Amino acid sequence: MDISRRDLFKAGGKLLVLASAGATLEQITGAEPAPEAYKMADHWWGMIVDIDKCIGCGNCVRACSNENHVPAGYFRTWVERYQVGEDQQPRVDSPNGAIDGFPPNTHAGVKSFFVPKLCNQCEHSPCVQVCPVGATFVSPDGVVLVDQTYCLGCRYCVQACPYGCRYLHPETKTVDKCTLCYHRITQGLTTACCENCPTGARQLVDFKNPKDPVHEFLRHNKVQVLKPYMATGAKLYYKNLDGSVR
Amino acid sequence: MIPGVDGFMYPNEIELQWSLLIVLYPYITGLVAGAFILASLERVFKVEAVRPTYRLALLTALAFLLVAPLPLQLHLGHPERSMEMYLTPHTSSAMAMFGFVYLWYLTVVLLLEIWLDYRADIVRMAQSTTGFMRPVYKALTLGSENVSPAARRIDDKVGYTVTVIGIPSAFLLHGYVGFIFGSIKANPWWSTPLMPIVFLFSAMTSGIAAVLLLYMATMKVKKMPIDMRCLDTIGKYLFYTFLIDFTLEMLDLIHRTYEADESFRSLDFMVHTRLMFSQIILQILLGTLVPLALLAANQLWKFSEVNRRVMYVTACLLTLVGIFAMRWNVVIGGQLFSKSFLGYTTYKVSFAEREGLFTAVALMILPFVIFVVLVRLLPPWPERKVS
Amino acid sequence: MRYGKEMGLRRFFTDSGHLVRPAVVLLAALGIFLIIRALIIPKAFGQYGHYRPAALMEIRQRPVAYAGQDQCILCHDDEAKTRAAGKHAHVACEACHGPLAEHASDPAAHVPKLPDVANLCRRCHEKDAAKPSAFPQVATAEHSGGMLCNSCHQPHNPHL
Repeated sequence: MDISRRDLFKAGGKLLVLASAGATLEQITGAEPAPEAYKMADHWWGMIVDIDKCIGCGNCVRACSNENHVPAGYFRTWVERYQVGEDQQPRVDSPNGAIDGFPPNTHAGVKSFFVPKLCNQCEHSPCVQVCPVGATFVSPDGVVLVDQTYCLGCRYCVQACPYGCRYLHPETKTVDKCTLCYHRITQGLTTACCENCPTGARQLVDFKNPKDPVHEFLRHNKVQVLKPYMATGAKLYYKNLDGSVR
Repeated sequence: MIPGVDGFMYPNEIELQWSLLIVLYPYITGLVAGAFILASLERVFKVEAVRPTYRLALLTALAFLLVAPLPLQLHLGHPERSMEMYLTPHTSSAMAMFGFVYLWYLTVVLLLEIWLDYRADIVRMAQSTTGFMRPVYKALTLGSENVSPAARRIDDKVGYTVTVIGIPSAFLLHGYVGFIFGSIKANPWWSTPLMPIVFLFSAMTSGIAAVLLLYMATMKVKKMPIDMRCLDTIGKYLFYTFLIDFTLEMLDLIHRTYEADESFRSLDFMVHTRLMFSQIILQILLGTLVPLALLAANQLWKFSEVNRRVMYVTACLLTLVGIFAMRWNVVIGGQLFSKSFLGYTTYKVSFAEREGLFTAVALMILPFVIFVVLVRLLPPWPERKVS
Repeated sequence: MRYGKEMGLRRFFTDSGHLVRPAVVLLAALGIFLIIRALIIPKAFGQYGHYRPAALMEIRQRPVAYAGQDQCILCHDDEAKTRAAGKHAHVACEACHGPLAEHASDPAAHVPKLPDVANLCRRCHEKDAAKPSAFPQVATAEHSGGMLCNSCHQPHNPHL
């Protein structure tokens, strides 16, 4: 067939203009969510954990599992038991994430304690940094979330998390993790794990709330974050975390 | 006690996330990059001796490139959402550039270069073939049958430019994979600035070895004589590339052993137990030292043609196994130890699942099938004549 | 390659004309991609950051399983008072009774099961060297000889 070069150029040019116009229109008319009582800009969420209060009962793990339908064998939160000898080399166990608590400790006479672990809700999250499509993100109120309808399941974020908080959900085949019970905290409830912790070892905190106990807590206690040299901006603060904890 | 776990691992770490298919992907793109670099040796760096492999190398690169996205697609939890990488690429993620680098390399570099180099033959075949292949060749001409000497000289010049652009593009196509691993601060086995460079040089090594083997195989099948000068030159470049690759990997190892930071004890134990076979025996001894010795021998002494051929085939086969082992040790090795440095897990390759052994084998056979089709479609001989 | 002046330029374009074809193919493909992208890119993507803003609302609308003790004490006033007077004052109702948001929204339709006392109390109170020493803990086999904990202890105010 006899299409001249000129015709092809014209057609190509028209296509390009149309495409660009379409793209611009889409951005302009994109809907915004309606205004409501919970304002994201008023909150900056985190959590504090008091090691001296944790009794390793596993209530938090069970509560999280019930609240968020966490599949068996995967963990949004878990508790580790540390037994640290004089050489500061720890022996650690976490039977099924401590969902049924721990079997009794057979090594007395050694420094031992429990360490609850969960997503550190990092401000400079390495998992968000590596997501190729924008399926995981830090919300404007400081919670690291996963968009379940957008995640490809590439698991790059699982590799990038220094704390082992993420997993691939075996049914949805997308990545899942602790959401800080976002669906609860945005309605004035506390997280399932904090609600069910019998000793108050876990506490949800809101840094932007001037009346939140976190401000006094941080002023009067020695606190640590996990792997501070990773500079992830972790917002999970531990009180009296031993140096041997990894 | 959890089966397969020694010591303590974070509960979510016990199951490996990146499987055999993710070992396969850098291996395949590595072959693409390496084959292309070999082709550019002739086109850009004027190493005339390797001319007989020029077109073959390009077809090898294309055959592997077409298969490259498949292991990734099969690995994704939602392959139907992979378009999202084109819609909303997250610019802070090295993985997001995959789609664009891949398409760039496939179209603007590889397909364009092959088209420009073969154009005269395509036009000739479009005019002379009969039957159902005729419309295929006609389509490949893209409607132009101008093969005047002047047009072909322009093709040559443009092809040269495309190859020049292709070299950094090939580096990017495979180097970004190295960066995907090298930039993960959470994983000390992966996190090193050397990673993209190591990946690149091992890619070049495997690509050159693959083209050498395919050249010998194709000549044997077609009952054509093997150009020994070509083979010796490829062997020489393979030797130098491999030497640099080995030096870089040893540098990484020595550096780690010397600095002996917190991760070292854990990684050292892992290498000596879980990676003993794949790293020490397969990658270093059989996959690197033996081929290097065979190739070095050919630089130092003159062997008979038959002996040289045997040495090259052996060296190249071992090299290909060794570079695969390297990819395995990086990808799988990086997931076998706990980020708490307190434990190790095991990787059991499944057989018939989506990411299992059968799939991997099929994905490695497929490029050779495509290669055979491409060689039929676009015969590498006779080669283009440049006036 | 030398061309004469005017004839030269035209001949040059004739000889390189075929190069336009792959260029056109590429541009056309690019154009089609841009159109498709405009059609299927999620609404308002990028509004708060590199993600779909609708995801925030989707996550917020997930169902709640634990009602929270403030809900429980609205009806169960007596138990709340008993609890407040004892050592379990800061133990949430659902920590022992399980998730009961369904019960809270429709008490008659969802009747909760009583907790499994045999295993429940032990999880917190079984003696373990890793537990803080001030925390009340016993080796239950010696302590109760197999009897259920609520044979002697009232769960809401357990101190004897």
